[in-house]
Parts: sequence; structure tokens; C-alpha cells
Amino acid sequence: MVVASLAANREGELRSLLASMNVRPGVVDPHNSVVPFAQFERLHFARLLVLADSTLDDIREHGVPPPAVVTSLTFLGDCDGAADDFLADLVQRAGNGLRRIFSHCEGFAPNGDLLRWMKDHSQPPAAMYVNWIGRTVEQIREENFLRNALAEYLDKHWAALAVQSPRQIWEELIAFVRDEVEARRLDLTPPQPTPLGWWLRNLIHFVGVPVILLLLTPALILYLPVFLYQLRVREKNDPEILPRPDLNHVKHLADLEDHDVANQFSALGGVKPGLFRRWTVTFLVWLLDYGARHIFNRGYLTRVNTIHFARWVFLDNKQRLFFASNYDGSLESYMDDFINKVAWGLNLVFSNGVGYPRTNWLILDGAKDEQKFKRYIRRHELPTEVWYNAHPGITAFDMERNSRIREGVEKSFMRDEEIREWLKLI
Amino acid sequence: MPPVDTSDVQGLIRYGYGKLTEACFFLLRIDSPAAARQWLKTAPVTTAVEMKPPPKVALQVAFTCEGLQALQVPDEVIQGFSPEFISGMSGEESRSRRLGDLGANAPSQWRWGGWDKIPHALVMLYAEPGLLETWKQTVKGDSWDEAFSILDYLETEPLLDTEPFGFKDGISQPKIDWEGAQKSAGGAKVDYSNLVAVGEFLLGYSNEYGKYSTRPLVTRGDDRTAGLLPAEEDPDKRDLGRNGSYLVFRQLAQDVSGFWRFMDQQTKGDPAARTKLAEAMVGRRMNGEPLVPASVLPIEGIEQDADSVKLNQFTYASDTEGTGCPFGAHIRRANPRNGDLPYGTDGLLSRLIRTLGFGRKGIRDDLVSSTRFHRLLRRGRPYGPGPSSAGLRSVENQERGIHFICLNASIGRQFEFVQNAWIMGTKFDGLSEESDPLLGNRTPVPGCSFTNAFTLPQENGFRQRINGLPQFVTVRGGGYFFLPSIRVLWYLATIGD
Repeated sequence: MVVASLAANREGELRSLLASMNVRPGVVDPHNSVVPFAQFERLHFARLLVLADSTLDDIREHGVPPPAVVTSLTFLGDCDGAADDFLADLVQRAGNGLRRIFSHCEGFAPNGDLLRWMKDHSQPPAAMYVNWIGRTVEQIREENFLRNALAEYLDKHWAALAVQSPRQIWEELIAFVRDEVEARRLDLTPPQPTPLGWWLRNLIHFVGVPVILLLLTPALILYLPVFLYQLRVREKNDPEILPRPDLNHVKHLADLEDHDVANQFSALGGVKPGLFRRWTVTFLVWLLDYGARHIFNRGYLTRVNTIHFARWVFLDNKQRLFFASNYDGSLESYMDDFINKVAWGLNLVFSNGVGYPRTNWLILDGAKDEQKFKRYIRRHELPTEVWYNAHPGITAFDMERNSRIREGVEKSFMRDEEIREWLKLI
Repeated sequence: MPPVDTSDVQGLIRYGYGKLTEACFFLLRIDSPAAARQWLKTAPVTTAVEMKPPPKVALQVAFTCEGLQALQVPDEVIQGFSPEFISGMSGEESRSRRLGDLGANAPSQWRWGGWDKIPHALVMLYAEPGLLETWKQTVKGDSWDEAFSILDYLETEPLLDTEPFGFKDGISQPKIDWEGAQKSAGGAKVDYSNLVAVGEFLLGYSNEYGKYSTRPLVTRGDDRTAGLLPAEEDPDKRDLGRNGSYLVFRQLAQDVSGFWRFMDQQTKGDPAARTKLAEAMVGRRMNGEPLVPASVLPIEGIEQDADSVKLNQFTYASDTEGTGCPFGAHIRRANPRNGDLPYGTDGLLSRLIRTLGFGRKGIRDDLVSSTRFHRLLRRGRPYGPGPSSAGLRSVENQERGIHFICLNASIGRQFEFVQNAWIMGTKFDGLSEESDPLLGNRTPVPGCSFTNAFTLPQENGFRQRINGLPQFVTVRGGGYFFLPSIRVLWYLATIGD
């Protein structure tokens, strides 16, 4: 994620440039001349937006002046493989367009080293969630194509297949796929081996974090009563700042939504002042990152299975937290999941944000106050000017289903019960 | 919770007026606010008080946001209503996208309710057979003609228990917890319950979250609002919503002959198969019986008489594969009968495990939201030539359908959610390429060139899929209304005095 301050008086111009990348508000032209996203075969999602924070002054309710920040531009994408390689590729193939965009930023030298500049302005995520770690753009496309081909085959030959046993159907479908692959109408590229370096780093992280936690445990236990006291005092006194979001702002956000079965969400808010909140949120986001990396990496973030990618990024020396996600369904159903399935998880992190609905014991209440929470969400949400999705019409559920369908095609043996379960997926 | 003062509530929230089989609806523009207020002062609006004998006629009155503006309700009061109400059903393109009001359903095609045809008021008249005409004259009184011009006048067919396609209708309704009997307001309800908090339908009362839905609260000191009740959660404010509700109205034209013609084509005219296919799409037999067996245990909020048990004591916990009732069947979409943790847990530990996102049984586990936050109180009426004339050629070209009417306290969380995520959603419950078999608009979505399928899961795992469903239901009009309490009607009637 690249974040760069906007040069004075360039915001309007930049917004026009960003708008020119869209067919209409909320619908990007994937082949637009500025950044032709569709050319990048490792890119799942990308977005460009202006970080203009209308809630900066909220922190005054804590008796603290707002941080001195300049409106900035952010560009982020979710890609397969190493981010550095992707950036290099991006600079190589869309350098001119990126230069046009970043020329609206402070201190950007049009003839300078673009890649260097982007890296210098990168903000690493404090936590990153990936619906299914290791599932590539190519794999998603191929598997969706496979599923559609099988579904079409079943429709076309339904009468003939209906009289056969599940095993016979399975065998016929495998033969069909084999023919299609041979005729090059279907591709099922074998997965790339996981890079050894990545695997090792991941393993070290997997073991390292619990070790650190274990070492910290005695201190944490000693600190716990103090922590709870500090927490409760703050939970009772922290101001809720939940005015109704401006209706024009809400309308603008809604204009950008529901053009596809998936949607984007970007939001920004201040972290409550003081070391207590700062350390709490840092620690919890660190745990969250661990959970996302090692536990919730197979289709589900706790009970929620509609999020493709999500990231939490601290800005301005941890005075602010930026959140971005790509999810299936409408915002109303996304919030429904937040409130009814995982309110406790949202509370853990976002209750450290200025103005959040009152929580109790860090996980209770908070997001459970439906209307306050929805006001908070909409008020802190930012319009995502440009949003690219490499997989229109495909939900995270579809992707998992399609992968299972592929597994069944590539298996040499399945029990009758397994075949029955497999057939149900198509 | 204080008991509801039924004399302050319009009767429609408590009663469907099933005995008052005749009805008509006026969609009005206010020409003269003064005359409209004059009319309102004397309008014999029916309350929810139980009457013995029951009333032979009834009158209900509701307003759109534009209507409240026309009555000169101050802007700061109007801004207190929910954003969906203020914007209106056809007010934003993004809303039309979410509601599926695209193509033939687009507001620009509507008879009424599109941006240039938004009514101010909805006046609903109900009467026993033969009494409607006289009731109309009584209701109109002296100031009607000066007060209003008629934007549209909607007649209805005498209310039977079947809808135009021929299915028994209006079977399942949430049971309103008038007494506040539920222990766990705001707490989790692991299992499906049909007993729903008053605040889900009536504004100013605690809802399923134990909170209050959006409606205008006004500060004391304004004499005009002196007659209003204090807000429960903030007694210093007066509650303009209390004892009122949001009313959603959609005129839905049903292509009855097209519907049955399609069933015939698919089944080559086999009468039993044709009915069976239609029943699979609806999710009930034509006589109303569900396609899944009754659950063994009673369900909270469903009566224990034989009829209720037969028709409504069921969930889909016994049919997780959709072989009894297809996942995409209309009634399974409209009310998936889920608890907070489908389908139940066995104790605290398993609840914790499930809450953390573990213990999934299969890929289809936990795809659909808890139902209790998305219930609707339905009050629809059929229109056009009735089922008795279904076979007559002469009526084939005459429009018929349902005036779909529902009440809820949050249009966004209740009506719009159900319509968007469940009815029009092409990805509902793990499905693809299909929306509601009855209501779907069949419009392609990005990345998917067709949405006109209907999947019938089979016992052997091999699904049957019906393709090429035409559009059976077309939206002809619609609007979001506020159905005020009796006190607020008086406030509206006297606002200019």
C-alpha cells in the first residue's frame, strides 16, 4: 500500500483523473489507459482513493488536538507472490499512468525512480487477512471456468445422466474434462510449489509468536488486573461520537456500491489518545495478524466467509488506523455479519478508535448496538474512487466450491459417498 | 417494557383485516395542506383496540417523506427518519440496484412511485363485502376534493386465502411479542424463534437487539409536539415514531398464465409434474403445506393447534441438502428460519467453538444470516381478476398480482435486506446463477451472463437445474411510507394551527 501526501490544491484534479479510469462511478474500466489493471495477471483486487478524513476533529472530545495530517492518496492492491516483484512489474507496464497519478503528490519527481519512490511511500499492513492463502488469480479463473463447463455439461446431458449412478456420472465428467484439457479448451495449471523462503519465514512466525507470548505470559498475568482497571475506567468515560453521517456522503458511498456481487470497503479513523489504547490496539492487531496468517486462512475469518482480502494499516505514527476490505454482498449484509457473527472481534480492535460505540470488557456490546455501529461505519467510510476486482461475479464461497470441484476431477479414486458430496457442488 | 397502548396504534399493525375482504388504496398528492389537515382531523382512522363485535370497516393513513414535507413538517423532524425513508424506494439508483428494480422493474417504468410520480399519502380502506362504496364516501368527507388529487387508485380483489398463482398465501407471520415475554432481549437466540420483539415492527419499542430503531425524536419545548409521548430510551425527548411503523408498498404484477405455461413446457404438460415443479419453486404445496416435515419440538412463537403445527412448525435443519425444499425456493429465501447459530449447538463449549469459526460441518455450513433481524409483517392484498376466473381467456390480458404491503421498524435491515440478500441475491445460500424463482428479475450480473436458473437438489447428489425462467413478476409501483400513531396523526393535523 502506497500512501503519499497530496500537493497543495491538486485534490480536485486528482479526483478527475481517478474518475477518468471508471466507466461510471463505482465501475472501473479494467483496460483504462492510466492503470490497465486487467493486464496484471497476478492482481486480485486494487483500489485508489483519497484519504480525506472528515472525523479528524473527533479527538478533541478527548481534550487532544487533532494530528497535523495532510490529505493523502493511497494505492493498494492484493496480488499473488512477492509484493516487490509485483510493484516492479507495475512500474514496468503502467509507469506512465502511475506517474500521472503520483504527480499530484508532494515531492514527486516525474523523472525520478518511480519504483524507489513507491517503495519509500509504502505502508506495511499491521494485519492482513487473505481468504485462502496461496489461491492464485490463475487458479480462481481456471477453476471457475471448469465449474461453468461442468455445469453446462450437466444441463445439456441431464436426461442421459439422470439415469446413471453417481459413479458413472463422475467418470463421464472426468472423461469430459480430460478431453477438454487435451483440446486446450480447459486449463488446469498445476499449483506452483510454495517458495522455500516464504515457507520458512511463515514457519518461524508460526512458532515464534507463541514463544514470545509464552515468555510474556508471567508479565501479562501480573499486568492483567491493572489492565482491566485501566480498561474499565476508559470504557466508562471514553466519549461515543456517533452523529448521523451526512446523507450526501452516504449517497455518494452507495453510488459506488453493488455493481458486482462483491464490494469494497475503505475506512479511516483516529486511535484514542494515550499509551494504553495505542499498546492495546498494537498488541491486538498483532494477534489478529497471527490468527489471519495461521488459523483463519482457509475461507473463514471466524464465522465470516465473505471477505476476500482485508488489511489494517497504521498511519501517522499510529495516530490513525486505516482498514480496507473486499467482501461479498451488500454493505447491509456485511454489517449484519459484523454485528451478528463477529461483533466481539470488531470490538477488540476498533473499540480503541475514537468515538466507537461503548464496549464492555473489550468484547461485549460495542458493535452489538446496531444503529450506532452502522452510523460509525458509514461515517468513517471513505469513497473508494477506483476499485478493480479480477473476479467479477465470483464470491469467496464460489472459489472454495470451485476448488473442491477441481479436487474431485483430479482424484483417481473416491468412495461413493464422496462422489455424492462432490456432485452436489456442481 | 410498558404494554402497548393499542388506542394509539393504527390497527393494521395488529390485524390483517381478514374479515374485511374488500379494500382499496388511494395514492394521493396533497394540493392544499390546510384542507388535508382538515381532512385528517376528522378522518375516522381505525386503531388496534380489540373491538367486539369487530369493525365492519377500517381506515388507515400513511405518508411518504414528500407527503410529510407537503404537510409542512419541519425539516429537523423529517431528518430524524431513517435514511431509506427519506430517500424513498425509487430515490437512488443504488437502491434500485439492491432491490432488483432494474430492466422491466425499473422505477421509470412504474405506474406510480417513480421519481415524477411519488405519492404524498396512502389512504387504505377496508370493508366487509358490499360496504366499501359507502365507506369511501364517508371517509372522503367535505375537504377531500380540495385537499387531494388522486395520483393513482388501486382496487383489490376480494381477499381469499390464495394468491394469483393459485397458492395458499399469508400463512407465515412473525408473532409479535406484545407483552415483552422474551427473556433475552438483545441476547443470543441460538435456535429459530417466531416470537419477535415489538420493536421490530412498532417504532419506539425495544427491538431484537434490545435497542431502538431510527425515528424522529424531538426536543421538548415545541408546543406542537406537546401531545406526543416521551421516548423510552431518552425521556427528555418526544418520540414522533412511537406506536408508528414504516410501511413498504410494492405493486407486483404476476404473469399467471406465463407462470403455468412455463411449468407446462418444462413438464410436457404432465399435470402432477407441473404442480410439483411450481410447488418446488414456492416451497409449499398449493394447499400451503411445507415441503419439509414438521419439527418434533415446538417452535417459540408458533401456536400448538393442528393447523399451525402442520403449516408452520418447521425449520430447514432437517433439510440441509435442499432435497425436500430447494435452497432457492421462494419461502426458503424469504424466511430461511435460521437461529443465531444455525443449526443449533450442544452446549457452551460447542457454542464457543462455533463462535470462533471452527467446527464447520461442510462447505454449506452457516451461509445464511440469523432470521430474527430480518422479519416482515405482511399485509398484502391481491388485485386483478381472481383465481376463480383463471381459466377465462377474456381476462388473460388484464393485469393481476399482489399489492405487497409490509410493516417493519427498519426498512434497511428488514425489507431491503430480505429483498436484496435473500430474494434478489444470485448467491443466496451458496447458489449461483439464480434469484428468487417467482420474484427474480433475471437480469445478468457482472461475470455471470444469466440468472434465470432454478436448482433442484436430488437425493443422489446430482442436481436438476431448470434453465431459462422468464420473469414472472414485474414491479409496477412502490413507495416507502410512515404509518403514524394516532397521536402523531393529530400532530400532523394540527401542525399549521
